Amino acid sequence: MRRSFSALAVIGAALVTLTGCSAPASTEETPAASPTASESTLSGTVTVFAAASLTDVFGQIADEFMAANPGTDIAFSFGGSSDLVSQLIEGAPADVFASADQNNMAKAVEGGVIAGEPELFASNTLSIVVPAGNPAGVEDFADLAGEGVRVVVCAPQVPCGAATEKVEAETGVALAPVSEEQSVTDVLAKVSSGEADAGLVYVTDVKRAGDAVEGIAFDASAAAVNLYPIAVTRGAADPETAAAFVAFVLGDTGQRLLAAAGFGAAP
Amino acid sequence: MTSYRGTPPWLLAPAAVAFLLIVVPLLALAARVPWPRFGELITAPSAVAALTLSVATASISALLCLLFGTPVALLLARDAVPGRRLLRSLILVPLVLPPVVGGLALLYSLGRRGIVGQGLEALGITVAFTSVAVVLAQTFVSLPFYIVSLEGSLRSTGTRYEAVAATLGASPTRVLARVTLPLVLPGIASAGVLAFARALGEFGATITFAGSLEGVTRTLPLEIYLQREVDPDAAAALALVLVVVAVAVVALTSGPLRRGLRSYR
Repeated sequence: MRRSFSALAVIGAALVTLTGCSAPASTEETPAASPTASESTLSGTVTVFAAASLTDVFGQIADEFMAANPGTDIAFSFGGSSDLVSQLIEGAPADVFASADQNNMAKAVEGGVIAGEPELFASNTLSIVVPAGNPAGVEDFADLAGEGVRVVVCAPQVPCGAATEKVEAETGVALAPVSEEQSVTDVLAKVSSGEADAGLVYVTDVKRAGDAVEGIAFDASAAAVNLYPIAVTRGAADPETAAAFVAFVLGDTGQRLLAAAGFGAAP
Repeated sequence: MTSYRGTPPWLLAPAAVAFLLIVVPLLALAARVPWPRFGELITAPSAVAALTLSVATASISALLCLLFGTPVALLLARDAVPGRRLLRSLILVPLVLPPVVGGLALLYSLGRRGIVGQGLEALGITVAFTSVAVVLAQTFVSLPFYIVSLEGSLRSTGTRYEAVAATLGASPTRVLARVTLPLVLPGIASAGVLAFARALGEFGATITFAGSLEGVTRTLPLEIYLQREVDPDAAAALALVLVVVAVAVVALTSGPLRRGLRSYR
């Protein structure tokens, strides 16, 4: 008897937790600065679904946006772009979607969840990444195919893997990876732990990873430039504020912060 | 002797909730499968490679559980070791550990820079990114299931016959081989099936520790996770295969084998 009651309590607690998750976490009340003439009257919460590679920089951009527009609040859900697209199509409530590649944005457009035309706001290229100290002595892309060099790449099914294939085709260097990972994060983990001698990730990932790894730029990376599109969703609760955030990312402040994080400009 | 069957009727309500929580998602999965393409999807070379690798590695893992887990269960069940409680708690850790954490722990021990892995590397033995790593990850997560399940069987079997055999002059090894093991054979079988099923579904520790390469380390769960990126329908089809294999293994091995062994006993 007592056992059943405690089981019910667990279910109850779980339900409370679940419903708690769906409520937008209101964070960061910006101290109310006296609104100036140029200040807009925007307000409300904008939920942004953004590619995992944007985690740090979008956080900074959102801070600036909220400082410039008191009364607004930006909530994020970061994840793999394809995961985010599936969630959007399954009805997840988002106001803005920022994808790490055009392919996934196209899927979102096809799925009927995007309002208007997506706009490109950044680009990213591949970089060789090696553990600190570069134990295998990798210097260029061709070295990755060298004898005994353990290379880890993304699987061709995910954007970073598709970019890797393009570079292979461009250079004529065929890699024999020991593993084809699910995401750049997985590749980075295998390299920073020293399991792999080298990997291929984005320039911005190397920048985020810190001292455990070193990045090696290579010319052929220009063959596969990843373009990042952003768009307001069809179901946006407050399209005006959502559009303002998109404009902010495309504007001076957004572009400056993106460049500082290692992103290239959109064409 | 008739057994007591008078459960209070209100138990049905929470029981139905539990049942629906398990069955509805499975039905939803089956509903998502693109049936006209089903045959083509599950016979794709990458799918066949993943299924073959999964069945092979999970079988080896179950076998390893049998070889190394059975002695542990015997020692624990027969109170034959000091510090049994602590030992059991330690063995149960992988059961509650998120598999990804298990993968990291394996990496730190058997990886290239791990405490054991460094030595192996010096000997020219590499574990990471090989099928051996997959088997290790699967064995790591399924051993606790095997040991707990078998220890339960051993305890419920009791030690009467063993005590009699011993008083008749049988050596401990002879008692083990002729009395204990035959008695607990159904328990070994079901614990082995449980270990196999757990190994078949292993994902987190494998992707963290072993990597993902077709035919070498990309087991069916990893293939499903990857296919989901490009073709969610294919992922659903493969997931259903995994469910069917799991159900078939449990139903085919567990049921008749246990009944057969019981009647033999």
